[in-house]
Amino acid sequence: MRTLIEKLNRYLHSDVDLGPRALLLLAALLVVPVYLFPLWQLTMFAPQYPQGLRLKIYSYKLDGGNNGQDVKEVNVLNHYIGMQELTTEAFTEFKWIPFVVGGMALLFLRSAVHGQMHALVDVTVMYFYFALFSLWSFAYKLYSYGHNLDEKAAVQVAPFMPPVFGYRKIANFEVYSYPGLASYALGGVLLVLMAALFVSWRQYLRNPRAARS
Amino acid sequence: MRQQRGAWIVGGYLAVVMALGALQSGCAPSAPKGAKGAKPASASDQSVAAMKTYIAPGDLDEYYLFASGGHSGQVYVYGVPSMRHLSTIPVYTPYPATGYGFDDDSKAMLGNFTWGDVHHPSLSETQGDYDGRWLFVNDMNGRVARVDLRDFKTKQIFGPVPNISGNHASAFVTPNTEYSMMASRFSIPIPKGTVAPIDKYATDYKGVVAALKVEPKSGELSLGWEILMPPFDYDLGDAGKKASDGWMFWTCYNSERATGKLEVTSTQRDRDYIAAIDWKAAEKAIGEGKGDVIGGVKVLDPKKVPGIVYLMPCGKSPHGVDVSPDGKWIVGSGKLQGVTTVFNFEKIQTAIRNKDFTGEEDGIPVLKYESIKDAEVPVGLGPLHTQFGPNNLAYTSLFVDSAIAEWRLGTWEVIDKVPMSYSIGHLTAAEGDTVDPDGKYLVGLNKLSHGRHLSVGPSQPESSQLVDISDEKMKILYDAFTEPEPHYAQIIKADKLHPIEVYPKEENKHPLAIWDVKDAGVTRQGNKVIVKVVEVRSTITPTEIEVNEGDTVTVALTNIEQTTDELHGFGLLDYNVNIVVDPGETKTFTFKADKKGIYPYYCTNFCSALHQEMQGYLIVKGR
Repeated sequence: MRTLIEKLNRYLHSDVDLGPRALLLLAALLVVPVYLFPLWQLTMFAPQYPQGLRLKIYSYKLDGGNNGQDVKEVNVLNHYIGMQELTTEAFTEFKWIPFVVGGMALLFLRSAVHGQMHALVDVTVMYFYFALFSLWSFAYKLYSYGHNLDEKAAVQVAPFMPPVFGYRKIANFEVYSYPGLASYALGGVLLVLMAALFVSWRQYLRNPRAARS
Repeated sequence: MRQQRGAWIVGGYLAVVMALGALQSGCAPSAPKGAKGAKPASASDQSVAAMKTYIAPGDLDEYYLFASGGHSGQVYVYGVPSMRHLSTIPVYTPYPATGYGFDDDSKAMLGNFTWGDVHHPSLSETQGDYDGRWLFVNDMNGRVARVDLRDFKTKQIFGPVPNISGNHASAFVTPNTEYSMMASRFSIPIPKGTVAPIDKYATDYKGVVAALKVEPKSGELSLGWEILMPPFDYDLGDAGKKASDGWMFWTCYNSERATGKLEVTSTQRDRDYIAAIDWKAAEKAIGEGKGDVIGGVKVLDPKKVPGIVYLMPCGKSPHGVDVSPDGKWIVGSGKLQGVTTVFNFEKIQTAIRNKDFTGEEDGIPVLKYESIKDAEVPVGLGPLHTQFGPNNLAYTSLFVDSAIAEWRLGTWEVIDKVPMSYSIGHLTAAEGDTVDPDGKYLVGLNKLSHGRHLSVGPSQPESSQLVDISDEKMKILYDAFTEPEPHYAQIIKADKLHPIEVYPKEENKHPLAIWDVKDAGVTRQGNKVIVKVVEVRSTITPTEIEVNEGDTVTVALTNIEQTTDELHGFGLLDYNVNIVVDPGETKTFTFKADKKGIYPYYCTNFCSALHQEMQGYLIVKGR
C-alpha cells in the first residue's frame, strides 16, 4: 500500500515531456471554437416548415436560423402547448460556460508551461467534471422545458423529454438534436487531454527516473 | 523522435476532428424524412396530371368552383379541373371592373359598407342536391347576399340581421332551400345597442341562431325567426339531409363563456359542443305564436320552448361540422385533436327520447357523448372540415398535419393521406356536401403558400391544390393560387348552370330604359335632371349633356346591344363615375353637378374598332 502511494507520488511529480505539453497547448487552442460556433443544434421539420426551423445553442447565446427568426417562430409554436419562452436570458449556462471554458484554457496553458504530471492530471479531471456537468445541465434544461408546461395551455400535451441526441417525432414535428462544432471541439479537448496523459504515462514508464523525487 | 511522435498524434487528432465535423454535417439534417424518401413525381405521373388538368384552347371545364373571397368581400369563380380564374363576382365590395358599387342600385345594396368578409358560399339545393339557381354567401357584418346564377350577379344583400353578431356560421341552406341559416360568432347583449359590462358575459351576452326565409321562386331573402342560445362562439353549420332532414347542426367553441385572451381562456374544457336544432319544430313553434320579439324579430328561448335545441359534446374547440350524404352521420372535429368524431343521427334521436342527458346549459339538455357517437376516426392532427365522395368515402382536412385524410364511413378505416402545401383550411370536393357527391376532384384550400410561386412580395396569394380522387389513392394534380382569401368553396357540375349571355330586351322593364337613339336626351324638373343615354357601337348618345351647376343629375344608361360580350362603359372624369352596362342592361347613377366646367365621358370597356371615338362631353354651366 505504502509503495503504491509512493509510486503514485512519484508519478504525479514526474515531469511532462514536450509532446504532451504541445498537446496541452493544442487543448487550449481547441477551446476557441466555443466562442465561435454552436454547442448544440436542434432542427425541426413539419409539413408547414419544409425548410426546417433551426435552434443554435452557443456557449453564450441562443440563436436561430433565418437570422434568428426561427427562435421567435419556435416560441410562437411552443406557446400553444404552454412551454416557457426560450430566451438567452433564461439560460444561466450562457453566463458561466464561456467564463469556465476560458479559465480551463488558462489552466491548460499553465500546465503546458509547468510541465508537471499532477497539473496535467488536475486539468483532465476538472475537464471531465466540467464536460459531464455541462451535459447534465443541458439535458436538465431540456427536461424542464418539456415538463413545466402551462396547465392552461390551449393544447394539452403530456410532459415530454425533447431529444438530447438524435431524432424524435413530436406532434407534427420531426426534431433532430445534435452537437455543434463547439461541442466537437470540446470533445476534442477531452481526447487531446487523454492523449497527453497516455503519452506522458508511456514516457514515464519508459523513463521513471525522470521523476524528481 | 519524440517530437515526431507528438506531431503524429496532433495530426491524427486533427484528422479525427475533421471526420467528426463531416459527421456532424451529416447529423443536422437539411430536409425532413419524408422529403428524403420521396421521389420527385416521375415524368409519366406529371404527364398524367397534365392531361387531367389540361383544357385545350376553346374547350370547357367540367365544373365551376365558387370560392369565397374572405375579406375581399367577393366571390371568385374558377373552372375545374383547369383551375383557371374565370370571373369575379363582386358582392360586398365595390368592383370598378364591372362598375359594381358605382350605380344607384348596387350602391344602395352596399349601404354604408365598403367591405364584407365572405366565408361560406352556399349553393341553393333541391332535395339536398345543387339546383344551380342561386349562391348565398355570408358576411361577418351580419349580412347574407344572394347571387343569381342566371347572370352571375349579386341581386340582394340582406341585413345586417337583427341580434346576429359576427355572422361567420352562415349562409348554409336547408335541403330544399327553405332557409339560409346563420349564427353569431361573437355573442353580444341583444338587441343590438344594448350595453352590458364584459364581466357579465356569461349571463347577459347571447348567442343567436337565425333562419332567413328564402322565397322559393325568386330566392328573395327575408327575416324568418331566431333562437336564443348560450353565449358560445358559433362557428360553422350544416343542415341535416335525408335521414336527418329538418335538423341543423352548429359547432361552437368557448363553451367556457370566457372573455379576454380566448386562445387560452376558451380552451380550458376538454369538450365543447355541436348544437343540434330541430328547425322544423322551431318553425312550428313560431307558427304557434311562441317566441318573443327582440330587435324586431321573433326569438325562441329554448328554456321556455323545450324540445328544439340539444347540445352534443364534441372535442374541444371544434371547427367544421358536416353531415354525410345519406344524413345518417354528423362528423365533427375538435380542431386540436388527432381524431374526428362521427355522431349517429339515430342514436341522437334515441338519446333525446330516453332523456340520456349529462347536464344542461341555460336550460338546453346536453346529450351523453358515449351514447350518440359511432366512432372516433384517427384521421391525424388538427382535423377541421370533412367533405364526401361516392362509396361512403370521406375527406377530412388536417391543419396541423397539413394534409387531407381519406377515410370510409361505416368501417372508419383511414385509407390514404395526401400532404397539402401548406396548412389546409377548408376543402371542397365535387358536389361533396350534397346528397350525391361526384368524387373525381377535390380542392384543398390552403392558408400558406410559402413561396411555391413566383415571388410577389410579402402579400402572398393563397394556395389551392387540385387533388384527383377518382381512385382511392389520392394524387395532387395542380397548384393554383387564388385571391385572398378562400375559406369555403363549392364545386358544381357545369351542366347544372344555364347562364344567359345578354339581357333579353323584352325582359328589361327598367322605367328609364330606351332602345332608340331618338329617345336619348335631357329632361328637367326644377334642378333635378334626368339624362337618358344609349350606348351602342360606337357612340354614346347624346354626345353632349348640358346641365347647370348645382343640379342633381340622374343618368340612365342603356346598352342596346343584344350581342354576346358587347359591354359598354361610361367613365365620367373628375366626378368619380364608372359604370359598365352589359348587353340589354340599364343602370342609373345619380350625382350632384357641383363643379362647373367641361367633363369628358367615354366608353371604358373596349368594344369595337372605333371604341376610342366613343366619347362625349358633360357641360356644367355656371349659375
